[in-house]
Amino acid sequence: MSGVVTPRLLLDDVAAGDALPALEYEVSATTVVLGALASRDWRPMHHDKDFAVNRNGTRDIFLNTPNQAAWFERYLTDWTGPHGRLGRVTFSMLGSVFPGDTMALRGVVESTEVDETGCGFATVAVTLSVGEDVKTRCRARVALPRRADDNPWARRGDQWRPAPSAVDPTPDQRG
Amino acid sequence: MSAGSAADDLLTAARELIGKEQYHEVGEFPVERGYVWTSCASVENGNPLFWDDEVADALTGGPIAPPSMVSVWFRPHHWSPGRTEQALPLQVHFDLKALFGLPEAVMTDNTIEFHAPVRMGDVLRTHQVLRSVSDEKTTKLGTGRFWVIDVVYQNQDGDLVAVESYTGFGYVRDAAA
Repeated sequence: MSGVVTPRLLLDDVAAGDALPALEYEVSATTVVLGALASRDWRPMHHDKDFAVNRNGTRDIFLNTPNQAAWFERYLTDWTGPHGRLGRVTFSMLGSVFPGDTMALRGVVESTEVDETGCGFATVAVTLSVGEDVKTRCRARVALPRRADDNPWARRGDQWRPAPSAVDPTPDQRG
Repeated sequence: MSAGSAADDLLTAARELIGKEQYHEVGEFPVERGYVWTSCASVENGNPLFWDDEVADALTGGPIAPPSMVSVWFRPHHWSPGRTEQALPLQVHFDLKALFGLPEAVMTDNTIEFHAPVRMGDVLRTHQVLRSVSDEKTTKLGTGRFWVIDVVYQNQDGDLVAVESYTGFGYVRDAAA
């Protein structure tokens, strides 16, 4: 790797219980519509308030799931820097996010590990909340470099194992 | 035939699909950078991996797409010439709703595992695999069944790019609800 980038965060910089910096964002109709179109989601509840209110029974248009995934990725890589490589994310959608809401993303490191290939990972629990209400829960397993010359993106094939080995591979256990 | 045995037959029919690859599809367009930048702009993602070629060259051997965009490359255009029907993503989910006669459904959980990075010019392909169907369950939403469906993404070289698992609950609202 060239010296063009040095890691912002190494695995050893991270410990269970660490809190990530919170991110607050005021959601507008533009946020919702731009997010839906950026994720090629043309469904009207994400751009047509009349449809959302009268057909879906929601109070307004609302953030779509793929765009929330993009928000979670941005939040995590703001913390890790570009060396951070997402391995696995799980979402549980609990409520909707509407224009006028101020959403807050908060994360706490649950654990760190070095897998059997030598790759470092942190598992982070992230919430997306509006006020006191948690709208979406996310758990992410993200690879972090162990040394300044380590690059998780260079891993291929058997050297990249995005799911923790403790996870039972039967799909019923996923999520 | 009793109602119980009819329900058993439906469950048997559904479970025979478990593990089988269904609905092989190829993306309508190659992965392209304009969409990457639109996605990053939508969430104000300034990760230099997606904006700075030097960083992308150093870390990922050239520009890649944000991993969380993997499903974006499969959503069809809102219109395309000659197409008469809008394709439904996650068709297995709709098949199960129809098979069991469950008019309502929600997605309760979504897990994505990311494998090989998605690169500019990739044309991704996908297929769906039913992983499980539960016995009948009653929740606060109604009575129905949970199922888990994997969507497997590969690139044009056959490399695994991602596996997305959806847990769905198809149900009938309870009369008292």
